[in-house]
Amino acid sequence: MNLADGVQLVSFLVLAAMMIGAALGVVLLSNIVYSAFLLGLVFISMSGMYILLNAGFVAAAQILIYVGAVNVLILFGIMLVNKREDFVPIKNAWVNQVATAVVCLGLFALLSTMVLATPWAISSATPIGDMAIVEIGKHFFSDYLLPFELASVLLLMAMIGAIVLARRDYLPDELLTSERRDEPSALTLPERPRELISSNKK
Amino acid sequence: MQLQYFLLLAAALFCIGIYGLVTSRNAIRVLMSIELLLNSVNLNLMAFSNFLDPQGIRGQVFTVFVITIAAAEAAVGLAIVLSIYRNRDTVDMEQFNLLKW
Repeated sequence: MNLADGVQLVSFLVLAAMMIGAALGVVLLSNIVYSAFLLGLVFISMSGMYILLNAGFVAAAQILIYVGAVNVLILFGIMLVNKREDFVPIKNAWVNQVATAVVCLGLFALLSTMVLATPWAISSATPIGDMAIVEIGKHFFSDYLLPFELASVLLLMAMIGAIVLARRDYLPDELLTSERRDEPSALTLPERPRELISSNKK
Repeated sequence: MQLQYFLLLAAALFCIGIYGLVTSRNAIRVLMSIELLLNSVNLNLMAFSNFLDPQGIRGQVFTVFVITIAAAEAAVGLAIVLSIYRNRDTVDMEQFNLLKW
């Protein structure tokens, strides 16, 4: 083991510890804001893993898209839904959690057995490193052209769908002026009064 | 560095994600668990791309696609959570049972 291997191993161990710890924090912590920031830590350490795997471009894309967009989006979601509510405890919740933990540990045992038992066909060619951008561009515009174009259509569909799902329904103007003239209008958005479906009907 | 280390790490992250997906009661935490799952799959793809196909790097191409899908999924998922929150006034997964019974 030469020096470069040692550095790689140590950085892998550090990144793996960060990632597992932060992921456990995402799942187990009770405060959801802490969970969101720890999710950012998971994304950043995942980007470090990509650098260890000779993929600088995807590491940069991971930082930009996940930390810069998805994590910020989740934080905005938390702020919009920020409601301090204590969930009603359901009885025998621990049975649920223990069963899930057992299933997850079994799945992990199964996967690790598979990983360790399979004879992987490790290629001995040297990785192309920074030429990866050129190679990815060639793939995108030759043999993966159709999925690439479909991804753009899918992003457009997701954008329109998110707007349609999340926007509020506004009342038309004439209805507003005739019925709601007496209510205080400052600092309130003209919004259709929502009728809450009672959330605990039983 | 070996391929197996990365695969084991991805498997552990996947199991943590599954645990959070099933047990958490906050809808936004469910979305975060889905992001964990997608990231572990990405790590698998990148490890295979580096160790089994270092010249063609098709794994990186697939990872870029998965990142795209994950961004779209996060946006639509949060829109759905917001819409449900506006209608039911809660984010408790145990109470989202409109289609259940």
